[in-house]
Amino acid sequence: MSSVADWEATPNPVKTNRAGLIGKPVDRYEGPLKVTGTAPYAYEVQPPSPPAYGVMIGAEIAVGRVTGADLAAARAAPGVLAVWTHENAPAQPPRGTKAHPRSSAGSRPALDGDRVTYWGQPVAFVVADTLENAVAAAHLVKLSYAPETPNVDFHGRLIDGVDPPGEKDVEVGDFEAGFKASPVQVDETWTTPIQNHCQMEPCASLAWWEGPDRCIAHTSVQMVKPAQHGLAETLGIDRDGVHLMTRYIGGGFGGKGQTYDDLTLAALAARELGRPVKVAFTRQQMMHGTIHRPATLQRVRLGAEKDGRLNAFSIMTWTHCHSDGAFTEHASNFARALYAAPNRLTGHRLVKLDLPHAGPMRAPGEASGTMSLEVAMDELAEKLGMDPVQLRIVNEPPVDPENGRPFSQRQLVRCLQEGAQLFGWDRRLPQPGQVRDGRWHVGLGMAAAIRGNFLLPAKCSFSVDAEGTITVRQGMTDIGTGTYTVLAQIAAETLGVPLGKVVVEIGDSELPPAPGSGGQFGAATAGSAALAAGVNLRRAVAELAVGDAGSPLHGGDPEAVTFQDGVIALENRSETLSDLIRRTRPEGLTVEGEIRPAQDAQRWSTQTYGAHFCEVGVDVVTGEVRVRRMLGVFAAGRILNAKTARSQLTGGMIWGVGAALTEGNAVDPRYGSLIAQDLAQYLVPAHADIGDLDAIMLDEVDDKANPMGIKGVGELGNSGASAAVANAIHNAVGVRVRDYPITPDKLLAALMARGL
Amino acid sequence: MKPFTYERAESPAAAAKAAALTKGARFIAGGTNLLDLMKLEIEQPTHLIDVGRLPMAAIAPTPEGGLTIGAAATNTAVAAHADVRARYPVLSQAILAGGSPQLRNKASVGGNLLQRTRCAYFYDASKPCNKRAPGSGCGALEGLNRNAAIFGASQACIATHTSDMAVALAALNARVETISPSGDTRSIPLTDLHRLPGDMPHVETVLVPGELITAVTLPPPPVGGQAYRKVRDRASYAGGLASVAVAGGDLALGMVALKPWRAAGAERALRAGASPAEAMAAELEGASPRGRNDFKIPLVARLATAAIHEANGRGA
Ligand SMILES: Cc1cc2nc3c(=O)[nH]c(=O)nc-3n(C[C@H](O)[C@H](O)[C@H](O)COP(=O)(O)OP(=O)(O)OC[C@H]3O[C@@H](n4cnc5c(N)ncnc54)[C@H](O)[C@@H]3O)c2cc1C
Ligand code: SF4
Repeated sequence: MSSVADWEATPNPVKTNRAGLIGKPVDRYEGPLKVTGTAPYAYEVQPPSPPAYGVMIGAEIAVGRVTGADLAAARAAPGVLAVWTHENAPAQPPRGTKAHPRSSAGSRPALDGDRVTYWGQPVAFVVADTLENAVAAAHLVKLSYAPETPNVDFHGRLIDGVDPPGEKDVEVGDFEAGFKASPVQVDETWTTPIQNHCQMEPCASLAWWEGPDRCIAHTSVQMVKPAQHGLAETLGIDRDGVHLMTRYIGGGFGGKGQTYDDLTLAALAARELGRPVKVAFTRQQMMHGTIHRPATLQRVRLGAEKDGRLNAFSIMTWTHCHSDGAFTEHASNFARALYAAPNRLTGHRLVKLDLPHAGPMRAPGEASGTMSLEVAMDELAEKLGMDPVQLRIVNEPPVDPENGRPFSQRQLVRCLQEGAQLFGWDRRLPQPGQVRDGRWHVGLGMAAAIRGNFLLPAKCSFSVDAEGTITVRQGMTDIGTGTYTVLAQIAAETLGVPLGKVVVEIGDSELPPAPGSGGQFGAATAGSAALAAGVNLRRAVAELAVGDAGSPLHGGDPEAVTFQDGVIALENRSETLSDLIRRTRPEGLTVEGEIRPAQDAQRWSTQTYGAHFCEVGVDVVTGEVRVRRMLGVFAAGRILNAKTARSQLTGGMIWGVGAALTEGNAVDPRYGSLIAQDLAQYLVPAHADIGDLDAIMLDEVDDKANPMGIKGVGELGNSGASAAVANAIHNAVGVRVRDYPITPDKLLAALMARGL
Repeated sequence: MKPFTYERAESPAAAAKAAALTKGARFIAGGTNLLDLMKLEIEQPTHLIDVGRLPMAAIAPTPEGGLTIGAAATNTAVAAHADVRARYPVLSQAILAGGSPQLRNKASVGGNLLQRTRCAYFYDASKPCNKRAPGSGCGALEGLNRNAAIFGASQACIATHTSDMAVALAALNARVETISPSGDTRSIPLTDLHRLPGDMPHVETVLVPGELITAVTLPPPPVGGQAYRKVRDRASYAGGLASVAVAGGDLALGMVALKPWRAAGAERALRAGASPAEAMAAELEGASPRGRNDFKIPLVARLATAAIHEANGRGA
């Protein structure tokens, strides 16, 4: 068992960074493949024989039963190989079955009953020889339903909200009394809509069988092991019988933290038909058929002294999940670690609805929660006549307010101060509506950012071959974040070889397991395991050299061996890595390494922090908002790659702009379906929506986080970004829209109510 | 997608003739609208006649001092054309406010005029829609209809026409030139091309089956300033919530009706000496919003007022 003290005391190649590869803005390892369109995503992998094409058909009711199916026309259509509904789909173990008790996921049967619990739930499936034939035949399937009245009105059913399973409100002191006694108060309610992940690559799978007990599956998923285990459980075969690969992933954002019926059906149909089968969601099907970030209603109450110190705060969140689900958008949690107050009340109420499954989406909790609290702080600053940056500084806690633990690192104040300076915050006029630029009213806003940091157990293997090439192997994923690249950097730095001498193989269930990508734990977890494997390989190589009579290093101290430019050396004695391996281990040398959370890690509060600054223009004639400038300053430990980290952070900020201004899906209560079903209706920011936007990373090393001193950045940029936009709108025109997204119709109504 | 046959027409007359020969035949130009709808099986043509490569892409002056724009000219070519930019800036601005560069590079003038509505219920075949499936009802009527029409709607359909280009053409008094399967040609005022929904929202234009748009003709530019303003949820690549084209004293509104809406009431009021705000108030007296799209009334009033001032060189 490792300890934080060990991590801090032990030097390692990442910390030493002798070749300077750590932190360097290295280009993406797989970049050329992606920009030339030759990276084989799951649907594009070349199977051993011509594949058949499966098309799923979604339910056209939100709740009820499938009562009948007329499949004759579809079966008779050209090229059709199979048409399934729950009546004739292959038998599968009941949902959640774990025949292997240690499986990391249970079975995920598809077409396993007549019950429909959300609009778009796959209820029929067609396989044909070509995609066109499958699509045409799918349109011929006629299903009948016994619909029931869907319970989908979130705002009408808040009353049904209950504590999420196993959770209670967290109260410190006496919130109500503290709030009442506070001389300055804010008490407002915010709402956020359902949001869809809208990954560029829809969920897609390709499967084929090598004998009755071995299924080869390519899919697009963030976590390899649960996907492999869940599929094996569904197919009723041994877990090792599933070889699951997910080599290139066109975006995940939490939406691919699990697998969907595309994988189940591809594998089942491949078994039934004895040939490879591909299945993909359409863009339209993605909206209902995969998870979404649920809507929230958040009531925030802040009570402060006249000097700005918080005396009481509360954030209570209502949110919703699927009728069989328990997922909770924990929009209140982050507040517990962000600001201190003697009297606090935070909690959640969960409403079960007949809507598709809610689930995690980039910065789950923080993304929605900062959209209320960080605006409430702006409102409080306004009431206090205080600068919003200063208000945060005044409320900076000395220890984690939730658990009293010391911070491993907390540079929130530095983020605020450096950001304010770089952005030119001093040019902000506290009185709203003072600055014009042609038809635009210009305003500045800011918000704080926080997101937890995590480390999970993971393994990795490193090999060196006779060419001196290092191969990193890990059951990790790269969802577009840069995993390939940072693993290559760690390997090159650790073994002292050029980046061109590193091969990275990930996204494969037969490689040493890692938890995958999610919760911004990916780089820290996978990278720490890679570092451990690299250090082990270094040691093994050093021992091989000093123990080999043919090596110039023979007889030396293995601890003193240096690795640089593909050469291993002891003072002035040296040879190339490839010479040593060719001579002593021509077949190559492989070692493993692993990382586990430190036993004492819980003694510190380890988070990532940041501050957003935003300048918007508001056209008061139309209510249109355009982001002109945005800067984020972040403190998230050592940065492995300045380019990929910056992309993660700016990407998160852009998500925040989308959430503030354009993104949201609405439920048609008559059907229980979502209105926006393609990217012409669900509006993510386009290039023209993003002006001058940048992210800066403070120098930081957090040796208590993991042996590399790094932390996550994938979600941090999203936290707080929307609030900065909303606050800038207020500074521009003096009105607040608390119902996101802040679209022209809503802002116009608010402007007109103010006589503008 | 349903199987279909395909031919490339030799001439406009041959294209129109061929369209009358096969039941279910459709013209295809850039395909940016038709192909999307075919993939969803909202459009199910049995035969496609490609008119995108016909020699009708020229943009040329007319003897009257106007401009004729071939129906196959791309949106990009029209917007970038020197004469258009110099003499009909409102048209160039309107085109550039639509879609994305990639779409405009493919989209044709004829296809842009005949693009179908972007009503979400029209696109979702699981919902009723009188335009897509006559007699099935209108999903939008009691639905999420934030972008519905405020002028000329009916109980059968409350959708809007979403072309930006057509709004500018309406303000510029453009005419649409066509050829019929019989070989007859005619010239239709652009404002008469599209039909209001009435009880037959699936009949969208006055064109007869097989009638091909060959060109759009512009009269000489109007006296006075021109301006196009569009309001949308994001800065580009989004359909509008409302738009306005000002061409001298003529005024057209977009995304408020199932056709580009010539604001004749406002024009009259302006000519009678009303202020732009008063003129728009007069026009909007005839509007009938449906709740979720109430905001379009003040939005159009404010937007059009600002655009009239802008066209007259007085800024917003
Ligand atoms: C994501 C997206 C966003 C968009 N945003 C906007 C926007 O903001 N503003 C805007 O104005 N438009 C927008 N559009 C619509 C776009 O402008 C149209 O798709 C395009 O103009 C259609 O032209 P096309 O040549 O591709 O037509 P096609 O798709 O080829 O044809 C469209 C229709 O016109 C008919 N047709 C084509 N040519 C002729 C002819 N010569 N005579 C008779 N009939 C003909 C076809 O039969 C078909 O019914 C958007 C489209 C998309 C996909
Ligand atoms: S408004 Fe028109 S297009 Fe939309 S659903 Fe109703 S009938 Fe169809």
